[in-house]
Amino acid sequence: MPDSFHLDAVPVRLEGCSKTWPGGARALEPLDLAIHGGETIVFLGPSGCGKTTTLRLIAGLESPDPGGRVLFGDEDVTALPIERRNVGMVFQSYALFPNMTVAENVAYGLKVRKVSRGERAARVGEMLDLMHLGEFAGRRIDQLSGGQRQRVALARALVVRPRVLLLDEPLTALDAKLRDSLRLEIDRLLRTLGITAVYVTHDQGEAMALGDRIVVMARGRVAQVGTPREIYYQPADGFVADFIGTMNRLSGRVGGGRLAVGRTSLPWPAPDGPVELLVRPEDLALADGEADGHLDGRVAAAVFLGDRTRLVVEPPDGPALTVDTAGRSDLARGDRVWLRVDPARLLAVP
Amino acid sequence: MSACTGIAATRSPARSPVRSRGRPSSPAGHAPLRLAALLAPAAAVFAAFFLLPLVRLIAIGAGGAEGWGAYLATLTDPGHLDSLVSTLALSAGVTVATLAIATVAGLFLVRHRFPGHALLVALLTFPLAFPGAVIGFMVIMLAGRQGLIGTVTQALTGGRLVFAYSMAGLFLGYVYFSIPRVILTVMAAAEKLDPRLEEAARSLGAPPWRVAADVILPALKPALISAGALCFATAMGAFGTAFTLATRINVLPMTIYTEFTLQANIAAAAALSVLLGLITWAALALARSAAGGSVAAAG
Repeated sequence: MPDSFHLDAVPVRLEGCSKTWPGGARALEPLDLAIHGGETIVFLGPSGCGKTTTLRLIAGLESPDPGGRVLFGDEDVTALPIERRNVGMVFQSYALFPNMTVAENVAYGLKVRKVSRGERAARVGEMLDLMHLGEFAGRRIDQLSGGQRQRVALARALVVRPRVLLLDEPLTALDAKLRDSLRLEIDRLLRTLGITAVYVTHDQGEAMALGDRIVVMARGRVAQVGTPREIYYQPADGFVADFIGTMNRLSGRVGGGRLAVGRTSLPWPAPDGPVELLVRPEDLALADGEADGHLDGRVAAAVFLGDRTRLVVEPPDGPALTVDTAGRSDLARGDRVWLRVDPARLLAVP
Repeated sequence: MSACTGIAATRSPARSPVRSRGRPSSPAGHAPLRLAALLAPAAAVFAAFFLLPLVRLIAIGAGGAEGWGAYLATLTDPGHLDSLVSTLALSAGVTVATLAIATVAGLFLVRHRFPGHALLVALLTFPLAFPGAVIGFMVIMLAGRQGLIGTVTQALTGGRLVFAYSMAGLFLGYVYFSIPRVILTVMAAAEKLDPRLEEAARSLGAPPWRVAADVILPALKPALISAGALCFATAMGAFGTAFTLATRINVLPMTIYTEFTLQANIAAAAALSVLLGLITWAALALARSAAGGSVAAAG
C-alpha cells in the first residue's frame, strides 16, 4: 500500500459544546469529549439523542452555543465553516453528485483544491483501485448499486486526505448482507488509513464491530463512553444496559450477605436492602435439575435461531428471563427448566 | 382518424394466433378499435381548431401577389428582418434577466422563512393575473412622461428620464410579468434539492459560489430550461403591452398587426405569423430535448 494512503491522525476535542435550536429546544447538553488521533469513535443512540448534532458540530455544519469549542489538534476550528475544516463526510443518502461520473465525483475535492490535472488523475485512480471501483470510473451514479455508491462516497471523502472522517449512518440505507460486507470494508479502510473517524449509528452491532470506543447517547446527554466490552459488560446505567444487546432484570433483596431472588438464594456481599440486578442471556445456563442457587421457571417461548435457541423462561414470580442455549435444544413451551447463575456475572446497576 | 383505423388494421393479424389458442373474448382484443373511437372527439377538435386554421394560415401566406415568395420576403424585407431580430434579442434578454432574478429570489424564498413570507410569495404571483395592457399601463406610470422615475430624476438632475415608450420599457414590462411563472417553477425545483449534496460539496472544500455552480444550478437546470423556454415563447408573442406603450415599437407581433390592419397586407401578416410560430415552436422543442422531456410538465 502506498504511503500516501496513511493519513495524519489528528485528535479532536469538544469542550463545553451544547446546541440549542432557535426555537429554544435543547439538542445537546454541554459535552466534553476527547477523541484520540487515529481512533474510530462511534456515537450510538436512538433517534433524537443528539448524536447527529454532535457530528455536525465537529463537521462545522452547525456551530455550538456560545462558549463551546471544537479543536482539531491544537487548532481551534470553532469559527471555521465546514469548507475550511478539511473534513471528509459520508452520508446515509450517499449524496453523490448526479451530474458527474464516478471519477468526477471522486476528483471533485481535488479540483476545488486546484490540484493539477495529472496528480488529480493519479490520486483518483489510486483511490478507485483501493475501493475496488476501477472498472466503474466512467459510470454515471444512477448506474451503480447502493453499496457501490457508498464506496464512491468514501473514496470521494478520503481522496482529499481529510483531517477527520465523519460518517453519518453510512450503512443504514443498505440491505443486511451488503451492510455486513461494507462494514468489514470500512473497518479495514479505517485501520489501514489510521485516520481519526467519527461514526454515527443507531445500530449497536455496527457500533460494537467498528468502534475503538463507543459514546452512548440519550436525550442530548452522554450516557456512557467506553470500549465495546466496557459498554457491554459494565453498562453505566439501565438505559445503556437495555440499549446494547439483550439484558435480563432480576429484582432481589440482600440480607445477611446473601441475595434472595424469588425462592433462590446466592452469596452476595452487599449492604442489606432491595437490589436490581442485570444479567446477559449468555450468562445464564440451563442446569440439570433443582439445586441450591438455581432459578426455576417454565419455558414460555423457544425461538430457533440456527446457531442457538433463544428461550424465554418465566419464573414463578418476577419478569421473564431470556436465555441462550444450544441450537439443537429440543425444549418446548411449557417445559420446566432450572437456570444456573454465576454470581460473578450479575451486574448491580444504579 | 384514418391513421387510427390503420393501426387497428395492422394489429389484427398479430392477434389471430392468440385467438386460435382459445381466448377470443379477452377484453384487450378490441383495444385498437376502442382506442380509435375514444380518440375520435379529440382528433375532431384538433383538426377543426388547430390543423385546419393552421393550414389555411399557411395557404393565405402564399396567397398574395408574391405567392410563396412572401415567406422569403419575411427574411429579405429589411423592415421585417429588423423586427424579427429585435424581437429575438428582446425575448432572449428578457429570458436571461428573468432567469437570473427569479433563480436568486426563488432560492432565497425557499431557504429563508420570515414573517410575511407567505404573503410575499402570494404577491409575487400577482402579475400572472394582469392582461398585457395593464402591464403596459404600469410601465407608463413608472417610466412614462408623468412617471415616478421621471419625477425623481428631474428633482435630482434636472433632466427627465423617460423610457416607457421604447424597447427598454417593453423589456421592463416583460421581465415584470415573466418573473412570477419562472419563480414558481424555480421554487418547486429548489424544494426538492437534497441539502446533503450541498453539504457534501462544502465538506470537500467548495466555497458558496462553487456549490452554486456545481451542485445547485445543475440540479435546477431542467426547471430553468423549461421555465426559460416558456418565458422566451411568451415574450416572442406578447402584444398587449407593446400595443399599450407605443405603436411604433418594432416587435414582430406589432409588425403583424400593422401589416394586417393598416397596410391590409394579409399575406405578409400570415407569413410573419407562421414564422413567429415556427421560431417559438423551435425554441420549445430545443428546450424540451435539452431538459429531457420535462418542459411540458413544467408548463
